[in-house]
Amino acid sequence: MRYTSKDWLLAGLTGVSLAVILLLLAVLLGQIVWHGAPVISAEFLSQSPGADMVSGGIWPAIYGTVFMTLLMTIAGVPVGIATAIYLTEYASPRSRIAKIVRIAVNNLAGVPSIVFGLFGLGFFIIFVGGSMDALLYDDTTPVWGKPSILWASLTLAVLTLPVVIVTTEEALRTVPQEFRDASLALGATRFQTVYKIVLPNARGGILTGVILAVSRGAGEVAPIIFCGAANFLPYLPTDLRDMFMHLGYHVYALATQSPNVDAARPTLFGTVLVLLVLTFSLNLLAVIIRARSRASLRS
Amino acid sequence: MTERVLEASERTRAAKTRQRISVRPQSAKSKLAGSFHTPLWHRVAERLIAILALAAVLAIALIFVFIAREAVPMLWEAEFAEEVQIRDLFFAKEWKGYDEPVFIWQPVGEPAKFNVVPLFIGSLKVTLLAMLMSVPLGVGCAMFIALYAPRAVREVVKPVIELLAGIPSVVLGFFALMVLASWAQATFGFHFRLNAFVAAIGLALTIVPVIFTISEDAIQAVPSTLTEAALALGARKYQVALRVVLPAAIPGIAAGVVLGFGRAIGETMIVLMASGNAAIMELFDFSTSVRTVTATIAAELGEVAQGDPHWRVLFLLGVMLFGVTFVLNILGDLFIQRLQKRLTAS
Amino acid sequence: MSNLTDAAAEAPNDVKMETRGVNVYYGDNHAIRNVDFDITDRSVTALIGPSGCGKSTYLRALNRMNDTIYSCRFEGRILLDGENIYDRSVDPVEVRRRVGMVFQKSNPFPKSIFDNVAFGLRIGGEKDKDVIAERVEESLKGAALWDEVKDRLQSSALGLSGGQQQRLCIARCLAVWPEVILMDEPASALDPIATAKIEELIRELRENYTIVIVTHSMQQAARVSDFTAFFYMGELIEHGKTDNMFTRPSRKRTEEYISGRFG
Repeated sequence: MRYTSKDWLLAGLTGVSLAVILLLLAVLLGQIVWHGAPVISAEFLSQSPGADMVSGGIWPAIYGTVFMTLLMTIAGVPVGIATAIYLTEYASPRSRIAKIVRIAVNNLAGVPSIVFGLFGLGFFIIFVGGSMDALLYDDTTPVWGKPSILWASLTLAVLTLPVVIVTTEEALRTVPQEFRDASLALGATRFQTVYKIVLPNARGGILTGVILAVSRGAGEVAPIIFCGAANFLPYLPTDLRDMFMHLGYHVYALATQSPNVDAARPTLFGTVLVLLVLTFSLNLLAVIIRARSRASLRS
Repeated sequence: MTERVLEASERTRAAKTRQRISVRPQSAKSKLAGSFHTPLWHRVAERLIAILALAAVLAIALIFVFIAREAVPMLWEAEFAEEVQIRDLFFAKEWKGYDEPVFIWQPVGEPAKFNVVPLFIGSLKVTLLAMLMSVPLGVGCAMFIALYAPRAVREVVKPVIELLAGIPSVVLGFFALMVLASWAQATFGFHFRLNAFVAAIGLALTIVPVIFTISEDAIQAVPSTLTEAALALGARKYQVALRVVLPAAIPGIAAGVVLGFGRAIGETMIVLMASGNAAIMELFDFSTSVRTVTATIAAELGEVAQGDPHWRVLFLLGVMLFGVTFVLNILGDLFIQRLQKRLTAS
Repeated sequence: MSNLTDAAAEAPNDVKMETRGVNVYYGDNHAIRNVDFDITDRSVTALIGPSGCGKSTYLRALNRMNDTIYSCRFEGRILLDGENIYDRSVDPVEVRRRVGMVFQKSNPFPKSIFDNVAFGLRIGGEKDKDVIAERVEESLKGAALWDEVKDRLQSSALGLSGGQQQRLCIARCLAVWPEVILMDEPASALDPIATAKIEELIRELRENYTIVIVTHSMQQAARVSDFTAFFYMGELIEHGKTDNMFTRPSRKRTEEYISGRFG
């Protein structure tokens, strides 16, 4: 079709908005890579920070982030997948419970991350941890009722729950109904159908969702500010009740609370780069797995 | 003749078949009733799945209850009443040393002043500013991708925007703090390096993907019969875009805007790092620094003793924030439902 | 094998399944109305009728596949060898093991040919590899597919042609030793040659199985079935020997449908 000048104007205006976004993204990535890459070295990745937080490396923060993310995954992902299975495989389309669960999932996805922080503090640390202390110990010094990697991970598990649920549900829905019918008609129980036919065929999609959720959780800082992230901790967490360093929190603390931000600049850019590489490689992995599983379903 | 041969061959083949198919032997036949029991562990697993499915509902309830639990005692606690009057949380008061009633948040002041209004104004201001930037950008991108971009561009841009959505907000906050703030000050000559404008750009970066994705879906979902009908009537492409596609996709775009708004008002790290965090009651000047609800909670809770009046007020902020985003979410859902109804009805 | 003697011992033309006062509802839609009908052992029964007449719904009622549809409600009794398959003490899983089903669209799992056929055995608790291998071979032979796939049992079932896929689904069904096989327009998506193969297979299977087939094609019903039942608007209008029905239908509706005046 021939474009008139007004067509060009609209295409131009909308195109410019895309260009602005891409430009901002390019500047962001460019700056971080440009300033961050020179900082990255084996020492930076493997050493503990010095007492000034600026010198040395960020190994405890990398370790803490990975450890916390792992705990979060173990705690949250099974629950999310179970919810998705319930919604797609068991609940009737008009079930009131399913409707309520869906509304809850939607709203959970919209709860601000700082509110999750308050929740982690109010529920996990004060209520659960505090009750455990009251029951188990006579001493007044808190053992469980204080910020720790356990509570931070559980808080983030709740935060990432909706991501896991929604993406898993999508993945389960791509499994053709005919497979379920065939399996049931061969005398499989509903549960056998789910774990022998539906889950294996949705594996790629579920994995994608899990990875997306994990990458989201790995980068969240606001919820863990009060729940277990530590400013400076030269040792690695070995116990679930230990506090931990976190890449994102390290960036926040260093950028806003450091007495000399200019001196901290290189360390900051390096840390941000590591955090970005971590989350992006997770996202990339998700994209690849999703593309593959789509291709295999098509063939 | 041939018929008879065919018949004969079929008979032999049938005989062969009979030999090779084995059927359920008589001895293996059992009564239907009670002959099969679903293994116990299947039933246990299914019950477990149903129970775990309630986790999301439980989570929402627990979030509300346990945040409120830390805030509500302010209604009866003597310690709280001594320091703060609940009325002063929401209404202006003429404090000592002021010559008119003011809304003021000054937790370390003597007496401590906890008026939540400036914080909500701050949140609203940054959010609205971010919306002003991100709605045109997001919707524009969506229109370009859905209507004008060649397939190849679309295939590249969608994952790139997803990438943007995957950037942790602390990184965006850092970018706004380190890079955008210096650039904006150099370009516009702001008095304060960190201000509402800088924070809003950072925020816009987080909500553009939300608005883009939902709007793009909504635009793609407009039935092609509608656009073809308009084209067949001799409409130009821009006319189709603005008069047919956009109106049909409006509920979807509205949903994107509402959900983006909810995301922006609840965003913490970006505003915490890039807004300057001074609680100034100033609605229109975006070159001044602001303090949002979220940043206040994040910055102050770590330094307050549990059960302190200040602590209670911060949790109250959390409850209010939770309420606001809850309503926004339900609103966004309604818009999406309306979109679906409108498209299926037409 | 003892099957031949078993088959000989049982008198032919026994009633395999009895339907008594069956009503099926989908929500407010009364899909099947008061059907009473007997299905003869080791024979082919064709269910015919215009689209939406309830023949597929009735078929799915015979192995309780309708249970998987939430809005579906069932009334009445269906007896398999004299036992009510809808009795509270009966698990639909056992019903489906004895009453197998082949669907309109071939639906092999995205697994190997071998694993497709072995699926029903494995979920039924069979663990002996030799038994499984033997039954897979038998079933594939029974479905007249063995010669075509014996060299590539481990390759994906999705690589088979449409007709082969449908025969694989039949083999998969045979492997669990069903007594009754329900077929929902099994050849409707196939070309004439593949259709002919399926029809030949149905005639062969009749020796050992009770087959109920839903079909859109009058000719197919005439070619493969011993008995025919004509459904219209959820009611069973007429049923009887196929020969009689096609030559001397007793109801006017049946005659109109068979002669192609509607449908």
